[in-house]
Formats: sequence, structure tokens, C-alpha cells
Amino acid sequence: MGMTLAEKIISRKIGRVPVPGEIVVMPIDAAMAHDGTAPLMIKSFEAMGAKKVWDNKKAAFVIDHISPSSNEGTSALHKMMRDFAKAHSFQLYDIGEGICHQILPEKGYVFPGGVVVGADSHTCTHGAFAAFSTGIGSTDMAAVFASGKLWFKVPETIRIKIEGTMPINVMSKDAILYSIGEIGADGATYKAVEFCGEAVRKMSMDSRMTMTNMAIEMGGKTGLIASDAITREYLEGRINVPFIELSGDGDADFADTLEIDAGDLEPQLSCPHQVDNVKPVAELEGLPVDQVFIGSCTNGRLEDLRIAVKVLRGKKVKARTIVMPASREIYLGAIKEGLIEELVKAGCAVGVPGCGPCVGGHHGVPSQGENVISTTNRNFKGRMGNAEANVYLASPLTAAYAALKGKVEVPLEA
Amino acid sequence: MELLKGKVWKFGDDISTDLIIPGKYKFKTIDFNELAKHAMEGADPDFSTKVNKGDLIVGGDNFGCGSSREQAPVVIKHSGISAVIAKSFARIFYRNSFNVGLPVVECPELFDNVETGDTLELYLAEGKVIARGRTFTFKPIPPFLMAILQDGGLVEHYRKRGGFIWEKPTR
Ligand code: SF4
Repeated sequence: MGMTLAEKIISRKIGRVPVPGEIVVMPIDAAMAHDGTAPLMIKSFEAMGAKKVWDNKKAAFVIDHISPSSNEGTSALHKMMRDFAKAHSFQLYDIGEGICHQILPEKGYVFPGGVVVGADSHTCTHGAFAAFSTGIGSTDMAAVFASGKLWFKVPETIRIKIEGTMPINVMSKDAILYSIGEIGADGATYKAVEFCGEAVRKMSMDSRMTMTNMAIEMGGKTGLIASDAITREYLEGRINVPFIELSGDGDADFADTLEIDAGDLEPQLSCPHQVDNVKPVAELEGLPVDQVFIGSCTNGRLEDLRIAVKVLRGKKVKARTIVMPASREIYLGAIKEGLIEELVKAGCAVGVPGCGPCVGGHHGVPSQGENVISTTNRNFKGRMGNAEANVYLASPLTAAYAALKGKVEVPLEA
Repeated sequence: MELLKGKVWKFGDDISTDLIIPGKYKFKTIDFNELAKHAMEGADPDFSTKVNKGDLIVGGDNFGCGSSREQAPVVIKHSGISAVIAKSFARIFYRNSFNVGLPVVECPELFDNVETGDTLELYLAEGKVIARGRTFTFKPIPPFLMAILQDGGLVEHYRKRGGFIWEKPTR
């Protein structure tokens, strides 16, 4: 019998075939903490009495959540991070550099077959590159910074197979929202989620990262996609280990398979206040929209900004709209392509690369009773900083339409 | 580990880390006593003033879902809660809880047989919990996680052993 993609990556690390449910110890290829989790990691690291960061090429800090800082307390935590990174001579990506999950692949920390841990739940994003990547807490991260290793329970795998071609108004975000609606917020708890099928193979890296990013929203430990020519093209010149193609075997022992016909998909909205409360956009047409946010580690990439511009070029937004590129590299790309100019002209507020309003920590907080269409990955009560606001999750295409019309409308072709 | 006995605070399904400790607080301080004042604030705004030392939380499915913030089990522990028993936990919350020394137990049967205000007896090592005179069993906690708990969390564990139990302890 074959192996799932997760089992393949683990087997390469431990030198034998792993059994789901067993505990294995794996060496870590990249470890990251950000301003929401690094301060506590530093506290644990120091309390442990650990002296040295195990490998300063594999460790990284990112300041992205409250970036730039909005208050003294946060500034003190940022300073603590800068001091620690300097003392242990590893890289800290400071304000304006972008969101951790975008930076790690861009800067070459992520490669097929690698094991990536991040002190952030959306670390599962890196599975788009056939890396085993998962979120851990701050003290687990302190253990990794001290020892370079961590224990994992070998997960079973749920396979999501998307065959066929998606309609022109459907993006990978719609496919993942639909999947979460089917599987439920905890349907994949402790499991890996492997995305495959023709529609996935045809997706760009930007689109694939949107899929794996949200594996955690069905409880998944990681989201995984086979590495291929598209992965290679993205990673070329970024990584300094040999690129390999890795894929799950069709005859592996999957815990479950969800089969989706891409042609049947339509634009989706995840409704307040649970990510798995998913409905077709068509069912909510006409809902007034107060704020739109296009950005985050889910949908703040170049492809997403291009789609927004396609919709908004030469027009004016009716709902107030915040756009934040996911990284400096994307920001520069968008400037070069003239996208930023178009967005600004259309009336969008374009901000510094970072998490921005996604987590409601410092700006872009909606008011009581307001409806927000957001391209992010979570709409829990209070997520954007106001428990009385209604956050709907959507694709950048649906979000751009909502911005343009000031209400929810089924998008046409981008 | 000795018997944990206390009053129950019951919550439902999908209690997210945003409800346990809203994100806005975690970016400003890592003072646990300060953070604990906001424990469970999103689900019950007065929780931190009502809870007593030794009380237990009973939760539904997917307890602790959402972000990886370790502040979630930390504030629960610092609010005085001695253990959380839920139908199921989100994975990162589960790991984090052991790392900060908060016992967490999956016992799906308990949920429908207990209400806020009841007294619970939890026998961690034996794998049983007693509510309203009935005994419910649960799968024992893996030995190496139990060892981390007994040491008082991962930090103390490392200090005591000079390494992690999943490596070869050096001391
Ligand atoms: S963009 Fe949102 S989901 Fe992504 S890392 Fe930042 S806060 Fe988390």
C-alpha cells in the first residue's frame, strides 16, 4: 500500500514508514514566531535556562500582527523580540516586511519534504509546497529553539479531491470555503488534509496557499499539496536545497475522501460567526456591506490584488475598502504592475504589508452591527476587534464586487 | 497527581481562543495575572470574578479552536481552573495545555451529565471522573505528556531534566 503525502514526508525524516497515531520526533527545518507569540516564547526559553538558539539559519521572527506598533505595551514586546534576535544572531523580519506565512516561502525557508513549525495556527499554509508544516504554541517553540526537534503524532489524512475546471467566477478560496462547510470546523482535527485532483494541479502557487492556509479551519494539523513544476518555478532561486517532487500515493490509506466536481462550485461566503457556516453568495445577494478587507495570509497575494483591480479599475468603491499586500515583495510587484495606483484611485485605503485588520489588534476595526466582507480566514465573534460586527469571509473577487456595489452580489468573471 | 475536585463551569462547542482571551490583550502584555482578568471574557464577561481556585471547566467539541495563542490555556490556569474536561479539543490548544501545566481531558460522555455548579472529582492517573455519583472513564493521558504535567509544564520539565523527554534526557 502507498503512503499519504504526510506519511511520505515523515518517513523521509525518520527513515521508516510511520504509523498514524504513533509519536515521532522530527528535526525542524524552519521555525518561526511572530509578535503575538514570540514574547511568550522568549519568556519560556529563558525560564528553561536554554542558552543558545539551535540554528540561527533556521530560526526567524516576524513582526506582522501589530505592525507598526500602535501602543507602548506592544512596542515593548517588539523591542524584546529585536533584542533577542540580535543576541542570538538570527533573522527578524521587521515592520513592513509582511506576514510570516508569506515571508517564509519567499525567503527560502520552505521546501518540499521540509518540516516547518510556526507559533501561529496558519503555519499549515506551507503544505502548499509539500512541506510538513504545523502550528505550535510558544513553549513548544521555545523547545524547538532550544533543541531543534519536536514530537509529533503521525496524523491520518483526509483527502480532498477536486477534479475538473472551476467556473470563471470561482477562486480557490471558494473551493476551500465549500470544503470547510462540508467537513465542518472540527472534521479534520488531528488529521492532515491532502488536496489533489486536476483543479488543484492547475492552480497557481498563490491559489494553492489559500487552500492549505485554511486547513486549520477544519481542524487540520496541516494542509498538503504535491510539489510539481509550478512549485519548482516559485521556489527557483529561493531555496538552497535540491528541489524534489513529492506527492501522495493514490492507494494510500486515507481516513476519508471528499470528492468535489470543480464545475459545480460557485462563489461562497462563510457567515458569522463560524468559518464552517458556509453559504453560496447567491443566497445572500443584496446584503448591505459597510467594510471590505482584501489582504491577509489567505488572500493578500499578487493574484488577489490583480483580481481586485480587474473589478475596480476606473471605478469607485461604495463600501470603505482596506487593501494590504501580504508582503513587501508583493507590494513592490503590485506597484510595478500599477495595481496600487488603480486601487488608490478607486478609493481603497492601501496599507503597510502585515496582518492588518484580520486579527483586530490595532486598526480597521468595524463598528457595532456592521457587515464586513473579508478575504481572511476567520470570522469568530470578536475576531476583527468587535464582537458586535458581522464578518463574512469571501474570495477577493466576491470581496471586490462587494466593495464596488456596497452590497453582496454574485460576481461575474474577474 | 492527586485528586482534582471542584465546582464546574460549563461551556458549549467551539469555544475559540478568541473567546478565551481576545486577541487584543495578548499583543500588549505577557503579564499572566493581568491577562487572567480577561479569562473566558468572550464567553462569559464576569468569569474571572466568579471563578474559584480549584474549579473545573467542562466544554463541548473543539474546545480551544482558533489561534495558536498559548495565552489561552495560561489564562485559564491562572484564573484558578485546575483542569478542563471537554468532548474534544483543538490540537494546538491540547499541546499548549500540557506545556503550561494545565491538565486537559477528553471525555465526551461527561458533557450531558453535568451542569454549572455541580461538583466534579477528576482522577487523572486513573482515567476517571465522577459527577452526580456517576463515574465516567477516559483514555489515559500518554505517559510522556503525563510526565510533562507532573513536572509542572514544559519549562519546569526542561529545567528539571536538562532536556526533553522525547529526546534522550541528559541529566
Ligand atoms: S493575516 Fe490574519 S490569519 Fe494570517 S497570520 Fe496574520 S493574523 Fe493570522
